[in-house]
Formats: sequence, C-alpha cells, structure tokens
Amino acid sequence: MRKKHDWLRETYQKSLEKMPERPVAHRTLSDIAPEPLYTPEDIGVLDPEYEEKRGYPGEYPYTRGVYGSMYRSKLWTMRMFAGFGTAEQTNERFKKLLKAGQTGLSVAFDLPTLMGYDSDHPLAKGEVGKCGVAVSSLADMEILFDGINLEEVTTSMTINSPANAIWAMYLAVAKKKGYDWKKLGGTIQNDILKEFIAQKEFIFPPEPSVKLVIDTFEWGPKNVPKWNFISVSGYHIREAGSTAVQELAWTLADGFAYVEAAIQRGLDVDEFAPRISFFFDVHNDFFEEIAKFRAARRIWAKEMRHRYGAKNPQSWMLRTHAQTAGVSLTAQQPLNNIARVAIQALAAVLGGTNSLHTDAYDEALALPTEESATIALRTQQIIAYETGVTHTIDPLAGSYYVEWLTDEMERQAMAIIEEIRRMGGVVRAIEEGYFLRELAEASYRYQQEVERKERIIVGVNAFTDEIPLKVPIQLVDPEVERVQAERLARVRRERDPKRVEEALAGLRRAAVEGQNTMPHFVECALAYCTLGEMMDVLREVYGTYQEPAYV
Amino acid sequence: MDRRIRVLIAKPGLDGHDRGAKVVARALRDAGMEVIYTGLRQTPEMIVSAAIQEDVDAIGLSILSGAHMHYFREVKRLLEEQGASDILLFGGGIIPDEDVPKLKALGVAAVFGPGTSTQEIVDFLKRAVPERWQAQGLA
Repeated sequence: MRKKHDWLRETYQKSLEKMPERPVAHRTLSDIAPEPLYTPEDIGVLDPEYEEKRGYPGEYPYTRGVYGSMYRSKLWTMRMFAGFGTAEQTNERFKKLLKAGQTGLSVAFDLPTLMGYDSDHPLAKGEVGKCGVAVSSLADMEILFDGINLEEVTTSMTINSPANAIWAMYLAVAKKKGYDWKKLGGTIQNDILKEFIAQKEFIFPPEPSVKLVIDTFEWGPKNVPKWNFISVSGYHIREAGSTAVQELAWTLADGFAYVEAAIQRGLDVDEFAPRISFFFDVHNDFFEEIAKFRAARRIWAKEMRHRYGAKNPQSWMLRTHAQTAGVSLTAQQPLNNIARVAIQALAAVLGGTNSLHTDAYDEALALPTEESATIALRTQQIIAYETGVTHTIDPLAGSYYVEWLTDEMERQAMAIIEEIRRMGGVVRAIEEGYFLRELAEASYRYQQEVERKERIIVGVNAFTDEIPLKVPIQLVDPEVERVQAERLARVRRERDPKRVEEALAGLRRAAVEGQNTMPHFVECALAYCTLGEMMDVLREVYGTYQEPAYV
Repeated sequence: MDRRIRVLIAKPGLDGHDRGAKVVARALRDAGMEVIYTGLRQTPEMIVSAAIQEDVDAIGLSILSGAHMHYFREVKRLLEEQGASDILLFGGGIIPDEDVPKLKALGVAAVFGPGTSTQEIVDFLKRAVPERWQAQGLA
C-alpha cells in the first residue's frame, strides 16, 4: 500500500520543482496549517480500495486531481468568456479583463461566425455581433488581438464547425506578428459531436465533420505543440437539458469516439491524447457536481490506459475547464444568480477543475455588462483567496457521501457508455436520434417537476415577492452590421485575388482527396480568404446536414 | 369545444438552442393542441408559409440570440403581406424587458421569458385562440 509520505516525497516534490507553492498563507484563520493532502492514514481508518479508486493527486487514476500540487501551487485559470459586436469592442473588453486580473482570454463568436457565414451574408441579418464577436477574415482577427502578446496569454476560442478556419486565422495573426507557434498556448473547442447532440451548430454531416476534427489532431501536435486542439464539451449537453450523469457519459463517449477516429487514421495515441481537454457544466446540485468531476477523471484514466493502450501518463489525465450553469440562472430576481454562481463555482473548485468561467447574474436577460462580468470574476477571486478551500487538495475526499456518489456516477455513466458502444458508437447513435429522444425526455421531466413544485426554484416557483430592480443591460449597437460589411468589402478589394483563388483551390483539393486540410486553412487565412469562402468550398465538397425535427 | 387549437412552434435564424421550443411544443401537445414543430434554422418566409399551409391559429417563435426584433418584425410583415395577420404571434427566449413593449407594439400577442410555466402558455392560447375564432365567426 503506497503511503502518503512516499507521495509527498515523490509526486508532490516533483510538482513543486515545476511550480513552487504560492506565496500566500496556507493557514486557516485560527492559524492551523493544513497539510497539502489528507488520506485515511490521517484519521486512522482503513480504506482497502484507496489506491485503486482514489489514489493521489497527480497519479493514476487521478480521482483527486491531475496535478501533484494542484491549487497549492497554481490556482485554476480564471477565464471569462467574452465577445460582442465588432473586433474593436471585444479587443477593448479583453484588455480590461486582463487588467482586472484575469489570467486567460476566451472568445465568444456571433452566430454567423459559428455557422460559417460572413457578416454580410443574407442569413446573418439581425445576428451580427449579437451573442459574440463577428469574425469574417484575418482582418477582424488582427484587430481582435491587437496589442495583446500571444506568447504571454493563452486564448480559448469557442468555435466548432469552422474551428479549423478560425484557428488558422489566429495562427496567421501570430505568424504575421512574429510569434513562435511553439510557444502559443490555448484551446479551440472543436467538438463537433456535441453539436449534433445538443447545441446544433453543425454545418456538414457527422463523418466529414469528424474528419476535419481529426485533421487538427494530426497537424496540431507537430506544429503548435502546446495547443489544446479540442475541448470535449459536456457543457452544452447539460444546458440542452441532460442530467449530470448523461452529461458525464455522453461527453466521455464523445472523447472516446475522437480517440478511436484518430487511432483509425493511424495516429499514435500518446502523441495526441495529452492535448485533449474537456469542458463541463457545473450546476446546482453541489455534491453531484463535485462527484461528477472526480468520476470523469477516473473513467478517462482507466479507459485511456486499459482500453486504448495509452502509456504516457499525460494521455490519462482529464484536464478540464468548467462553467457555471447558464441554464440555472433566473430572469426573476436576477441578483439571486450571484449566489447561485458562487455556489456552483465552489463546487467546480472542490471538484478540482483546471479552469473556470463564472456566469454574470444578468445572463438570463442579455449579454453581461462590464459590471456584472467583473462581479463574476470577483466571485472566483473570493473563493480562491478568502475561503481557504485551496489550503489542501481535494478536501472532500473520504466523505462517505462524496465517495459513494463518485462511484455511483461512474457506474451509471459506464452503463450508458457501454450502451452507446452497443449501438455502434456515437455517430450511429446520433443518426438514430438517440440523444434527441433522451434530451427531450429529460428536459420535459425536469420542467414538469418544476411546475408541480417538486423542485423549487427560488424566485420562480416559490418566494416570488419581487423587489423592483432595474438591471442595466448591455445592448449591441446595430452599427456592427454596417462596420463589418464595410470592412469585408475593403478586404475583398485590397487582397491579392490570385493568391485567394489558389488558396481556396488548395483547400478544395485537400477536401476532395481526403488530405489534411490544416495547412490549406492557414494559407487561406494568410491570403485573407473570408470565413464564408472557406466554408462554402467545404459545403460544396461535403454537403450540409439537416437534423430531423423531433419533439 | 371540439375544435382543436393548432400551433406552429419555430426556431427562426441561426440559433440552435431548441430546448425551450421543444419543451413548450410538448406541453401544448399534452394539453390537447395540435403542434407543428418546424425544426431548426427557419427563415421568416419558411415559417409564414408553413403557418398558412398548416392553417394554424398561432405561431410561437423561440429566440435566444438577441435577434428577436428582426425576426418578429419580419414574420409579422410577411403575415400581413399574405393576408394572414390574424394568426396569433407569440414568443419567448432571452428577451430584455425593455424590448417587450416594442414587440407588443409590433403586434406580438405575448412574450414569455425564462422561467415561465408551460401552463401559463397553455392558458394564454386557450383564452386567445377562441377569441380569434369568434372574431372570424368560426366558433
């Protein structure tokens, strides 16, 4: 049986060599100094399953955290999602967030961009800059990151179907500014499977969509080695109405589907798996959420090691971003959302997340204002610096309930993962409408429980006396559409048409012949091809996808 | 009352967040109405032509992307253009309070924000649609 002092001497020390303890007092307000970790040894009990099920932070099966010293050395990344209007407006917001102490950027794009349309496309009318920033070409991307050192910040981009094109634009900005791709850090969401399951921002059918994702698996580690080229996302699955167990199971099933597709292409699992990252929702049921994070790490580690034969410990680590549950926020009594967000954020931290976005209290009404976004960031800072939950790693380990619930969630999630495998995998399950049916059931059941008051939502179906309150709302300037259209017209006028044509032809050839598309996307970005032009080439080659209208 | 209320539920525009639309569609169906759900990414033209073809009493639009003013205005305009302005138009989603009066001024009969109970929507239709029938001399 491995002893705590061995872990302290080996894993913990090694972790400190990379990243020393933060120079803050790791002491309670009574001046008690907690140790970095507590195990059954500390309270004199026996836990025969300790090593197999729980283990130590930074060691297989990673239930207690992926890094040896976790928040003792490095807090989670406070990464607030932002984007609205024009590239200029979002750039200004980014600079303010960095000044307010944020440690990474996270870009929200508008719907036309997410769906691969230029801002001046007829279908973009009314949507430009509304729920994110509009990016139609390298010109927008250059403005978006103007005055920001791309080797110093890490950037996360929430983009899926057009992920290859948008990532290529970011890399083109870096190249033009003289930054070294080997030093760039960040994440593209690039998880198309959950779009078919939940968020519905797909363009092409499932198979070519997955092919585009695997192009990044193949090209990424060789060219931008520190970049997470996928963030396998449960967040949207949960927001679309799944339960926590379904979110856990389907997200991991998606992750395994990508791993299988990459292995099928002949890639070495230990080359790409370390760059796979995750993204989970964190909802109201406090202990269920904490158990979910712990179970997710354990399942991923076991399966990667034993089913997919990964030998590199980094391939076994489930590194994750988390975001508080937008869907849990109420439009009624919106200030109550500050409390909800704080409790959810605390659950994410106690679950050992590596990165966190906290929602602003006014998000059930509109895009966050600068003030509401700042309160959300301050909420994380209060948890990090004032509550003492970071003194010791995985402080809830050994709670009878938390450990039982972690086991139970693992058991239920594995049963669902096996069921999907029996169906022939995630893509088959999508084609059969499995996820649509399950989501419709789960979300309808929840709504009924709320209406029957079996589930109480404060301010909505109970405690509804409202103090009138004027919430300031951030509205997007309708000028955005005009500004974008003018910029696009200028880009099309000033670029080298021959280079554009050749770049698009190269992309088409790669798509038709089944070659890796990434180098061609980079060339298209550098040539100032627009997003719409790149996506249109692929729409012609791959066709588009319509889902059945199922209620 | 033997005539059944017919409702078209639609997701206009690019936004794919269809949880609310589907929950409402199902609740209306459970309340005995005939519901047509048009699926994702419908243009205003598609929505209005489906509504007329299906001879519905009401159209419900679900919009979370902030583009609600544009889509309600377009759908209303097309309904008037095609002589179908008596079809009730209602909706919901992420719609700021100050936009609700503007939507009502356009002729949107009701706007249901987040946290609305499905019963409230059922009650609204059971009240408003028969009034429309009476006005048409159909009831």
